[in-house]
Amino acid sequence: MRAAVRKIVGYAGAVAILLAGWQVLAMIVDSSALPGPAPALQTFGSLFFAALLPEAVVSAWRVVVSMALGTALAVPLGLVLGRSPRIDAVAAPLIFLTYPVPKIVFLPVLLVLFGIGSVPKIVLITLIVFFQILVTARDAARAIPPGSVLSVRSLGAGGAQVFRHVVVPAALPDVFTALRISTGTAIAVLFFSESIAGTDGIGYYIIDAWSRIAYRDMFAGIIAMAVLGVVLYELLEMAEARVCRWTRVGR
Amino acid sequence: MARVDVQGLSVTYEGVDRRVGALNALDLAIADGEPIAIIGPSGCGKSTLLLAVAGLVAPTSGSVRVGGEPVAGPRLHTALILQDFGLLPWKTVMHNAALGLEIRHVPAPERARRVAEALARVGLAEFAGAYPGELSGGMRQRLAVARALALEADLLLMDEPLSALDALTREDLQGLLLDIWRQRGHTSVLVTHSIEEAVYLGRRVVVLTPRPGRVAAIVENPEMGDDDFRDTPAFYERCAELRRLLAAEGAFGEGAS
Repeated sequence: MRAAVRKIVGYAGAVAILLAGWQVLAMIVDSSALPGPAPALQTFGSLFFAALLPEAVVSAWRVVVSMALGTALAVPLGLVLGRSPRIDAVAAPLIFLTYPVPKIVFLPVLLVLFGIGSVPKIVLITLIVFFQILVTARDAARAIPPGSVLSVRSLGAGGAQVFRHVVVPAALPDVFTALRISTGTAIAVLFFSESIAGTDGIGYYIIDAWSRIAYRDMFAGIIAMAVLGVVLYELLEMAEARVCRWTRVGR
Repeated sequence: MARVDVQGLSVTYEGVDRRVGALNALDLAIADGEPIAIIGPSGCGKSTLLLAVAGLVAPTSGSVRVGGEPVAGPRLHTALILQDFGLLPWKTVMHNAALGLEIRHVPAPERARRVAEALARVGLAEFAGAYPGELSGGMRQRLAVARALALEADLLLMDEPLSALDALTREDLQGLLLDIWRQRGHTSVLVTHSIEEAVYLGRRVVVLTPRPGRVAAIVENPEMGDDDFRDTPAFYERCAELRRLLAAEGAFGEGAS
């Protein structure tokens, strides 16, 4: 309870500092392209239900589905690679060759293949999240102390039980960290793919407002996208606190 | 019944560029209910011997039998206690203690009863919901003991279980291990690098040679388990004898290092 209060107070303070900085910056730049926080927030409020919320729901759906898909595919594969030197020997070179390739360059290909709807965006974000989680899960599984596995095997555990009792929980905190880091990437890629081609989503809304020279609307969209990122990040943090309770206990 | 027969046991590991012999034709017989301590120069294959008896390392040649049966894998009533990492940080005290029973599909009510008894026995009943990260080092080793008790183990294998603890906690835990052995009469194999611990907890103390390990000497220690044995001249004499034997095996390094 006290932790929750402290968190709220912390957030309020951070928001106040950001708003003040924004205000100062807006006064220095003094351009209609950078409205101050007051008019921007006012527009955000008036457009919230009419325009922003429907677009935000579309965007949120895309990014959540992509991250869930990417995680669901990457975690099992990463853990198996990390625990099986044989499979890893075959797959690791493939990963190391493909991981550094910026997946975003495939957006045009995906647009040609899947049109301008949700599918190319989801495929692209899934691909990017997949690789980030895959590498993390693999490394986490490799770093498990042999003693942990040995002690559980001495209790009669077979391969599946070693995974369930040791490998999966040992890798979870790292997977959550990778997920939280990849929210930033995921939202950035979402913005890029929605603004390049599409007819809906917050990314589209921002670029559309920009082309209409409606800078206040544009900023309302920017705020909406920022809120989407913060909400996702916080949800992941809450999920981690629940799932990985042992990492929060005092030492 | 958990008598242990090790005959001609050799274990070699495939190293990076050569084969490393850990044990070489080691013979050892441990009677049912006998507490044994194993001591030797570091890297002499003590842990390998324990893992072979636990069924986690396969002999390169020779055989290991427990209760007359060849060991082919982890055995139902064998418990292994390691110095570290034996506990899973993501499971509560209760779930850690219950892990062996859970893996062996013991029904939940039976599991709960045995775990509660075991935790009470080692004095951790009120910490059932805590995580290992919240416990002191001594309490964590108590938990490892509780896991073995919950298994109703008749063979307890311990690989330097107390070496990470401070001296006072260590003596406290040694007392607990002795009490539990006197009460239950299980076969006990303790690998240690502490001479005093070996004499306190081993009715026979087995001295191994440097790697590849084999039995260099066996010191009979019949007073083990007597009240206040630690304070008697016999205890110190036994320790001195072991120290001489270990020195002969080069346990204290070349010269005076």
